Amino acid sequence: MKKQIKRLMTVTGLSLALSFSMVLPAMADALDNITDRGKIVVGVKADYAPWGMRDAEGNVVGMEHDMLAEFVKRVSAATGKTIELEKVVVVASNRMQFLEQGKIDMFIATMSDKPGRREVVGIVQPDYYSSGVSILAHKDSGIDGWASLEGKDVCGIQGAWYNKEHGLKNGANVMAFKGVPEVEKALLDGRCAGWIYDDSAFIPRKVNEPEKWADFDLAAPTVDDVPWGAAVSLDEVDGRLGKLLSAAIIDWHTSGLLIELESKWGIPPTAWLVDMQMKCLTGDPVCNDILESGEAGEP
Amino acid sequence: MDWFLWLHAEHGIKLTIFYDHWDRGRFIKGIWTTIHLSFVTIVLSIVIGIIGAWFQKSRFIWIRTIVQGYIQFFRNTPPLIQLYFFYFAMDTFLSGIFNIHGGILGSYGWAVVSLSFFAGAFNVEIFRAGVEAVPESTVESAISLGYSRRQIYQYVTLPLAFRVCLPALNNNLINLIKTTTVAYAIAVPETLYVANQIWSDEYNVLEMMNVVWVIYIIIVGFLVWLMHRWERSTRIPGFGQ
Repeated sequence: MKKQIKRLMTVTGLSLALSFSMVLPAMADALDNITDRGKIVVGVKADYAPWGMRDAEGNVVGMEHDMLAEFVKRVSAATGKTIELEKVVVVASNRMQFLEQGKIDMFIATMSDKPGRREVVGIVQPDYYSSGVSILAHKDSGIDGWASLEGKDVCGIQGAWYNKEHGLKNGANVMAFKGVPEVEKALLDGRCAGWIYDDSAFIPRKVNEPEKWADFDLAAPTVDDVPWGAAVSLDEVDGRLGKLLSAAIIDWHTSGLLIELESKWGIPPTAWLVDMQMKCLTGDPVCNDILESGEAGEP
Repeated sequence: MDWFLWLHAEHGIKLTIFYDHWDRGRFIKGIWTTIHLSFVTIVLSIVIGIIGAWFQKSRFIWIRTIVQGYIQFFRNTPPLIQLYFFYFAMDTFLSGIFNIHGGILGSYGWAVVSLSFFAGAFNVEIFRAGVEAVPESTVESAISLGYSRRQIYQYVTLPLAFRVCLPALNNNLINLIKTTTVAYAIAVPETLYVANQIWSDEYNVLEMMNVVWVIYIIIVGFLVWLMHRWERSTRIPGFGQ
């Protein structure tokens, strides 16, 4: 009995120590680990059509998934071994934590490249897409422009940075839900006057499901155009995995793959992508793997 | 305030709730929401428990069946699912019937309803245990004194039963306070919800987790202290603690 208690205490102590130690230092770098395992674990979105969504069979597909498939080929080539892809579905509020905890090797998960986030995860340069924040509101909601949000119930997604910046600070009562389906339901049920979210998510909705969203329109000018970044863990951003990802994104800009994928998935053309392709073709410093001051996402 | 700024600059410990007035404002509101949500649901769940336990002793079988059905429904399903069910399914259904746009109740309202019924189902059983612990002879004495059924329940059975079931009630109410955190799934701005918003904005997950932890220790600790005082003040000599 005494022995058992002693053992129990040792186990409890050990697991406590484990849970308190933040990150265990990696012996080998991420690419070595991926080679050993024969697979790369990547965080992806499944709630953000058409970047990451579930198709009729339940598979996760989308523009980012196409990018990822292309990237895995590069990883296989770089390691000289067939690397399998394991997708872990993440949401806005856990993607960075998963990467910090080592649950995933990297993610391409519709994340805005913000300075604060660069302190937490290694966002590789350059960014691969860009979008801004807007409001999708019912025609009769009385929302017209950001100033009109005062006192209005506005739906949002838990974990989105603009809930505070553009919702709360404009006087809106932000009701944030766990995921997109809950917000859609609440919005269509009339529980909130509008939905504060990425304009990149509203446009495909209006295009793909015109009847469902007939009474809803973008009711505020898009603000804070922020580019999207793919991320590896903080100590890998200048490591081999980070550089490999950077090189891939530069190629995708230069070759026009991102513009092709955008049109493949029915996303209205973004001026930012065209501009980036020009810059990449002319060797502009924005299109390299180093983050210069004033580049991407600085407010 | 400066000390917390220094803490961030020097040690990377980011407690924005002490120096960012937006974060402080919503965090205080969040704690307040937790407190009054807990209070309202505690009161309602006790009321439901008392009425339910009384109905369980009813002469009519259909009343007893309804109470039994209610207990099974709420005790055997997870509170998060009940919350989603009420907020997204029940409300839509009722709004459809009454042709109301924008929902019958808001997220706070449905949280109160669902959590009260959830904890209430347990309270019914807790009170039943208390009621059954009251000696038959005591009830018979009351009958011989000319008390009606309701009067016996009100003046004899319930006060004694209450004392017997206080420890079990304690447990359930503590659980109820902790269960109020699930309300964040339907956007009730309680403590966990605002903490989640703040750590998403400020990337201070570890700090806010610790703050939330301390907040709940204080809130639950207060209830425990209060209930223990109550237990002591209603001590019956020769009837256990």
